[in-house]
Amino acid sequence: MTASFSRRTYIAWALVLATILLGQFGRDLADALGMRWLIKFPSAWVIPFKTSISLAMKWLVEEAAIGGVSFTDVTRAVAWLIEQPYQFVLSLLAEGFVAGAGKEAQTVLPAASWIAVIAAVVALGHYCRDWALAALVGACFAYLAVFGQWSSAMVTLASVLIAVPIGAGGGLLFGIWAYRHPRGERMLMPVLDLMQTIPIFAYLVPILFMFGFGPVSALVATIIYATPPMVRITILALKSVDPELVDFGRMAGTTRRQLMWRVLVPSASHSLMVGVNQVIMLTLNMVIIASMIGAGGLGFDVLAALRRLDIGAGFEAGIAIVVLAIAVDRLSQAFAERMGQVHSHAKRGGWLERHKRTVLVVALLVATWILGRFLPALQEYPEGATLTTGAFWSDVVKYLNVNYFDVFEAVKVFFLNNFLVPIKKTLLGIPWPWAIAMLVLLGARAGGWRLALLCGVLSGLIAVSGLWAKAMVTVYLCGASVILATLIGVPLGVLAALNWRAGTVIGVFIDTLQTLPSFVYLIPVVMLFRVGDFTAVVAIVLYALAPAVRYAAHGIRNVSADLIEAGTVSGCTPRQLLRLVRLPLALPEIMLGINQTIMLALSMLVITALVGTRDLGQEVYIALTKADTGRGLVAGLAIAFIAIIADRLVNAGARGARLRYGLGA
Amino acid sequence: MTPKTKLACRNVWKLYGAASDRILQGNPNPSAQDLRAEGIVGAVRDVSIDVNEGEIFSIMGLSGSGKSTLVRCLSRLIEPTAGEVLFDGVDLLGASEAEMIEIRRHKLGMVFQNFALLPHLTVLQNAMFPLTVQGWSKSKAEEKAREVVELVGLKGREDYYPRELSGGQQQRVGIARSLVAEPDLWFLDEPFSALDPLIRREMQDEFLSLQGRLHKTIVFITHDFDEAVRLADRIAIMKDGEVIQVATPEELVMNPATEYVEEFTRHIPRSKVLTAGRLMTKGGAGAGAPVQQSDRISDVAERIITAQDPVPVAGPGGKIVGSIDRHAIAHVLFGRGAGE
Repeated sequence: MTASFSRRTYIAWALVLATILLGQFGRDLADALGMRWLIKFPSAWVIPFKTSISLAMKWLVEEAAIGGVSFTDVTRAVAWLIEQPYQFVLSLLAEGFVAGAGKEAQTVLPAASWIAVIAAVVALGHYCRDWALAALVGACFAYLAVFGQWSSAMVTLASVLIAVPIGAGGGLLFGIWAYRHPRGERMLMPVLDLMQTIPIFAYLVPILFMFGFGPVSALVATIIYATPPMVRITILALKSVDPELVDFGRMAGTTRRQLMWRVLVPSASHSLMVGVNQVIMLTLNMVIIASMIGAGGLGFDVLAALRRLDIGAGFEAGIAIVVLAIAVDRLSQAFAERMGQVHSHAKRGGWLERHKRTVLVVALLVATWILGRFLPALQEYPEGATLTTGAFWSDVVKYLNVNYFDVFEAVKVFFLNNFLVPIKKTLLGIPWPWAIAMLVLLGARAGGWRLALLCGVLSGLIAVSGLWAKAMVTVYLCGASVILATLIGVPLGVLAALNWRAGTVIGVFIDTLQTLPSFVYLIPVVMLFRVGDFTAVVAIVLYALAPAVRYAAHGIRNVSADLIEAGTVSGCTPRQLLRLVRLPLALPEIMLGINQTIMLALSMLVITALVGTRDLGQEVYIALTKADTGRGLVAGLAIAFIAIIADRLVNAGARGARLRYGLGA
Repeated sequence: MTPKTKLACRNVWKLYGAASDRILQGNPNPSAQDLRAEGIVGAVRDVSIDVNEGEIFSIMGLSGSGKSTLVRCLSRLIEPTAGEVLFDGVDLLGASEAEMIEIRRHKLGMVFQNFALLPHLTVLQNAMFPLTVQGWSKSKAEEKAREVVELVGLKGREDYYPRELSGGQQQRVGIARSLVAEPDLWFLDEPFSALDPLIRREMQDEFLSLQGRLHKTIVFITHDFDEAVRLADRIAIMKDGEVIQVATPEELVMNPATEYVEEFTRHIPRSKVLTAGRLMTKGGAGAGAPVQQSDRISDVAERIITAQDPVPVAGPGGKIVGSIDRHAIAHVLFGRGAGE
C-alpha cells in the first residue's frame, strides 16, 4: 500500500517536473524537431466558430421570424416594456417630466428635489430599523449631493430601482417553476452554471446587437447578470421549507397555488430576501460595466475618467458608487430582516397615524416642487456649495509618483522579473497536446473518466477555436493572482479564526472589499503602477481575496472542538495543533475558498483588459468595441471553459479530501 | 354490537426504488429478501388495519419502522404503491386531486410532530388558515378560530406569533388548527414527541379530556409504547414496514405475538394495563361492594388487598360475573413481570 502510494507520488512529481521543463525548453525542442505546430496551434486546424456565430446572430436579428412575428419585433417589445417604468423613475429622480420633444420640449414637472429624496431614504431607514440606520443612509445620500455626484447617482439609482424588481421577481418565478418541475430544474442548472461563469462582457455583445446602444440594453444586461443567483436561492429556499409544513398545507386542503403562495413562499421569505439582497449587490456591481453599452450615471463617469486616466474624477465617482451601494445594501438588509420578523402587535391608530412617514415624504416632495420654483436651491443642490476632492486625489497621486516612483517601479519590476514573467513564459512554452493530456490525466485522477472527458473536450475546444495562446495568458494572469491571493488570504483567514481581535479587523476589511464594485479596484492601482500585467494582477488579487480569507477562517473555526481537545491532551504545542490538526481538517474548506477565488479572478480578468492585458479578456473587450458577436462569444465561452475546468477539478479535489477525512461529501 | 369501521386499509404497500412499480406485478407478496435483492426499500409492507369510529387507534413503532409513511399513505400525502385505503367505505386512492382537496378540507385533520405552524401568521391566523383556504369570510373564520383557540386553552394569546410561544403552547395551536374545520378523522403524527416529559404528560391528559368531549376517530402515531398504552384503545405495532400485531394494550401485555412485542411490554407495569375482568375467577362470589370489570388493577389494588375476602367483580350491566382475591393482585404487583 505504502509502496504503491509513494510510487504514485513519484510519478506525479515527475510529470510536474516534465511539464515545467517542457515549458522552459518546449519552444527550442519544437524548433529542433521542426514541429512548430506543437507550440503554436496551426491556423489551418482552427474551426471558425466566431464567423458562424456572427452569421447566426445576423440571421437572427435580420431574418428570423415565427409566423410573421420577427425576432426584432420581440426584442423591441421587450425593450418597450422595460423602458416605460424606467423612463418614469428616471424622470422622477433625475430628468424631470417633459412634454413634447426636441426644441419644443418643456419641463412639466422637475425631478424630485434632493431634499425630498433624502427625506424619503431617511424615512425608509427609520421604518426598516431605527434612527441609526436612517442617519447612515441619510448621510450617504447627503454625501452624493454635497460632492456633486447627485444627478449621476440618481440615474444609477433609477436603473437599480428598475432592474432589482424585475430581476428578483423574474428569478422568483423561474425558481418556482424549477421547484415544481424537477426536470426543468435539471435543464436550468447547467445554464445557470454557465451564465455565472461566462464573463459579463461576453454577453454584452449579443445584447448590444439585439437591443442597440442605450440604457435599455444596459438594463437587460444587468437583469440577465443579476437574476441567476435569485433563481438558485429561490429553488434552495423552497426546497428547505420544512416538509411538515408542506404536508400541513396539503392536509389543510390547499390548491397548488395556495400551497405555493400561502405556505411555501411566506415560510421561505427570509432566505428569499437574502436573494433579493444579492440581486441588488450584483446590480450595483454591473453599473459600471453596463455603462459600456449605454447606461449613464456613475458607472459612465468612472469609465470615462478611467479612459482619460483622470484619477481624481474616477476616484470620486467610484467612491460615490460605493456610498450608494452601502446605503442600498444596508437598507435592503434591514428591510429583509423586518419582513422576516413580523412585528409583535397589530398597528393601531387611523390611516394617517399608520402612514405618517409616507404622508410626510409626499408632503415634502410637493412642497419642494412648489417652493423650488422660487428658491432653486430647494429643488437642486446649489452647485456653488459642492465640494470636490478630485484635485486632492490627483495631487496625492502626483506627489506619490514624483517622490516614490522608484520604489513603485522597483516593486513592479521585481515581481515581473521573478514571478510573473517566468510563469508566463513557462505556460506559453508548454506544447498544447501535452497540456491537454495533463489535464485529462488530472481529471481522471481527481474525478474519474467523466471529468477526464470534460477536461479533454473543453480544453480541446479552446485549442481548435484558435485561442490557445490567449487562453494561456489568461491562465497565467489568473493563476498568478490566485497564487498571490492564496498566499495572502489563507494566512489572514487562519489569523482571523485564531485571534478574535484580528478576526474583527479582518472581517471589516473583507466586508469593505466585497462591497466595492470590481472597477473601483483598478483606479488606485492604475494610479500607482500605470497599465500592464502587474497592475492587472494587483487589482485581481484585491478583488478575489475575500473568499480565500472567508473560507479559510470558516474552515479553521469549524474544526470540531473535540479534536482540538484531543490534540491538546496529546501534548501538541499551539503550532503543532495548527499544522497537524486544524489545517489538514480545514483543507477541503480552504480548497473551496480557492475555487471561489479562481472564479472571481476570472470574472475580474475581463475588466482588467481595460488596462492593457493581452488575454481572452482583451479579446472580449475588443469584440465589444467592434460589436463583433462571434468573436466576443467565443472568447467569453473560452473563459467559461477555463472556469469550468478549474471549478470541477478543485471541487473534485475537495470532495476527495473530505471523503478521506470522513467529513461527508 | 360491532363498531362501525371509519378507516380501513387493505394490503397497502409503499416501496421505494427503481423497480418498485414492477415487483408487485410479478409477485404480489414479496418477502424482505426479495425486495432487498431488487434494491428496493419496503417502507410499508402489506399493511391491513381497521380503525373504528370514535376510537383512539395508535400506530406504534421505532424510527424507521414505517409508521410515518403509513399515516401519510392513509391521508394520501404519499401515494401508496399498491393497496386500498377505505374512508367511510370509499377508496381514497381513486379520488381525483380536486376530490382529495375537498375531503381534506372537510373530513381530515392532522397534527404534526414539529407543529408545522406558519411562522408569518399569528396564533389566530394560524388557527383560521384551513378556513381561509376554503374561502370562508374573514369574520366567520375568525369567530370559529377563536372558539378552537379557547378550547385548547390559549385564550388571550391570539395575537402572538409562534416563535413567541413555548413548545407546548405551539402544539396547542397545532391542535386547534387541526380541529377548526371539524374533521371526522384526526391524524396525530407524534404530536407530543418534541415536548419535555412533564409537558408531554400534561398534554396527554388534556388530549384525553378533549377526546372525552369530541369523540373523534383518531389515528395516533407514536414511538413511545408507554404513550400508546396510556392513550390508545387499540395499538398496531410496526416493525420494518410490517404491522406485527394489532390489539388492545391488555392483550399486547398478556399475549405478545412475538419476542419483539414482548420486549416493549416487559417494563410496562402490569397493574396499569390489566383489568379486573382479566384477573377474576369466573363465577366466584365475593363479599362487599363490587369493582367494575373494566377497572385497571392499579386503581383498585389497594381495596382488594386490604379486604379479607375476595371482592366481587361486576360486568357491564352491574351483574356480578366473578370475584378477585388478594393473591391475584399480589402476583401482578410484585411477581415476575410486575415491571420496574
